[in-house]
Amino acid sequence: MSGTSAVLEVEGLTTALRNQAQDTILEDVSFTLGAGEVLGIVGESGSGKSMLALTIMGLLPSSIRRTSGAIRLLGTNLAQSTSEAWRERRGRDMAMIFQEPMTSLNPVMRVGTQIEEVLRRRRRLSNAESHRKAIELLERVEIPSPARRLLAYPHELSGGMRQRVMIAIALAADPKLLIADEPTTALDVTIQAQILDLLRSLQRDTGMALMLITHDLGVIAEIADRVMVLYAGRVAETASVATLFDAPAHPYSQALLASIPNLASQRDRLATIDGAVPTVGAMPVGCRFAPRCVDRRDACVVSSPQLRPLSPQHGVACVKWFASVPAAPVAQGSAR
Amino acid sequence: MREVVRVGAGGTGRAGIRAVSGGATADVLIEARGLAKHFAVRGGTFGVAKKAVVHAVDGIDLAIRKGETLGLVGESGCGKSTAGRLLLRLIEPTAGAILHEGVDLTTLGRRAMRERRKNMQIIFQDPFGSLNPRMTVESIIGEAYAIHRIGATHERSRRVGEMLDLVGLPRSAAGKHPHEFSGGQRQRIGIARALALHPAFVVCDEAVSALDVSVQAQIINLMQDLQRDLGLTYLFISHNLAVVRHISTRIAVMYLGRIVEVAAADALFEHPTHPYTRALLSAVPITHPREERHRHELSGDVPSPLAIPAGCRFAPRCPFAQARCREQDPALSAFGDGRAVACHLAADGTLPPSQPVVRRAAPNSIQEIAR
Repeated sequence: MSGTSAVLEVEGLTTALRNQAQDTILEDVSFTLGAGEVLGIVGESGSGKSMLALTIMGLLPSSIRRTSGAIRLLGTNLAQSTSEAWRERRGRDMAMIFQEPMTSLNPVMRVGTQIEEVLRRRRRLSNAESHRKAIELLERVEIPSPARRLLAYPHELSGGMRQRVMIAIALAADPKLLIADEPTTALDVTIQAQILDLLRSLQRDTGMALMLITHDLGVIAEIADRVMVLYAGRVAETASVATLFDAPAHPYSQALLASIPNLASQRDRLATIDGAVPTVGAMPVGCRFAPRCVDRRDACVVSSPQLRPLSPQHGVACVKWFASVPAAPVAQGSAR
Repeated sequence: MREVVRVGAGGTGRAGIRAVSGGATADVLIEARGLAKHFAVRGGTFGVAKKAVVHAVDGIDLAIRKGETLGLVGESGCGKSTAGRLLLRLIEPTAGAILHEGVDLTTLGRRAMRERRKNMQIIFQDPFGSLNPRMTVESIIGEAYAIHRIGATHERSRRVGEMLDLVGLPRSAAGKHPHEFSGGQRQRIGIARALALHPAFVVCDEAVSALDVSVQAQIINLMQDLQRDLGLTYLFISHNLAVVRHISTRIAVMYLGRIVEVAAADALFEHPTHPYTRALLSAVPITHPREERHRHELSGDVPSPLAIPAGCRFAPRCPFAQARCREQDPALSAFGDGRAVACHLAADGTLPPSQPVVRRAAPNSIQEIAR
């Protein structure tokens, strides 16, 4: 996957509450996402994973602002462009789908109208062309009898069908980057499997980059090439999906993996992580995971550990791996 | 090869209970017989059309044994939550009986039912929505003592303190309000409230579904400890199959208001029999990127409980369906190994064999690495 051109480069991204710049939400988040790559972003509630998506899309609520960092989409730094320019990129170069499609779809507009609107506005298609293209899009997301479905209202569709419609709208302008925020969390498990299969095959066909946000490590195992583990707004670890599951390096990743019940083998007790995720405004000094960490050292409560490479494809923000070797921090943007 | 005992169809079958519960009824704590709940709804736009009937639970036979955890799984709308509430008679059944220690709960009057409820409690999914935000933790947990007129005020305080100890909360929690706690702590309060009267039977309705995974593990461990220490019997309702497998002794699978399969947890995952069980289990996300899985894809969506298909309700989506499946409703038939399946083909042995749900390609597992 490496070596492909970067679709998205995020560098040193930090967000904070508008009135309290010291209360950071995301802190120093850096990663790159190549064409044709599926990056899974995993974290618990409060990890900042949805915040990251909204920041990249330029959809932050007014109470939160970006304090530093670059967001380069196909080489252009969106963080330095106007909100109009940012809006131009949304729906064209990048698109996003959400957990609950019912809240993203207009309940009083027919599904077809909503898809065709995107095609007319973003791709400047005529009415007839956009209608034809809308049918084609519904076929691509495997909705049976698409011409009839275009006339349906959102409430007439099942949850899985609505998510397919959202995917069709997201794909309408052939985005280079698709951000999917918990796209299957509200769905039943059999429907989730269908949607994940669909996302994977569409991503392979189009070669778009897919950034999939989830709290579910099972979804990560199903679909991701690489994984970024977020904890309390900071990157804890980035690794290939196999490395993360075989040899997680950050104590948080290790504990997270050990705390999921496993289908393949039954155990008497699950591993747990004491305490709870810290909240904005009450972030611990030093490593944000330190208060819950079984490997905590003196250094952990002094300063935040930098994300450094354990191997070329594997970065970890934990001092225990680098205690004896005072290595230089990894160059921002190249942390994979 | 398989010895099949034919039992009555769901909804009518009183004769089948023994077979479904897998032997002697002596160890059964609570049992549903032909239990059904139909809700009347108004159809059409603005409710002007004539009434339609939702068959939420449509005749289930289910026996829960003392000390076991019976997992109840199925997709949204299958009726699993309704089934849990019916067993506690929190909602009135349309038909059927609920046997608890030899007494049919549906025949009890209000006072007698309230007395029984000391023995049977429920833990809900959302610990925020189910805890009154204006009450202190002490009054939330102690409410049960007040309702049942147990002990004087200081005695109730002492009992609340003991309950807090039991669920791993500090005694200082008693004077606080629900919003001062995290999701995991709130669920501990919900558990303390459910256990305040020392029930023997607890329905856990998606009790850990709203929690983050690391907190979910804490609560699952707590529930298992409490079960061991207090001898609790759980009906564990969840859509999370990995969690259900972890915690359950046996698992019942529901589809569209019916139980389609019941089996020991390991047996169900090693050899899911009913075609719906196969599809459901094979859709669970893998737990390691190198796991291989034989996916049984399901076409279409679950039919509306307003329009239940004739014959087997799974037939329209079943890859093995035959003409008889669309005509005759299959009964839940008991097999020799304690499994019960509602499928014509399984009953006469013509259903193709199933494969284990997951096969680990890599030698090392997550747990080995994490340890």
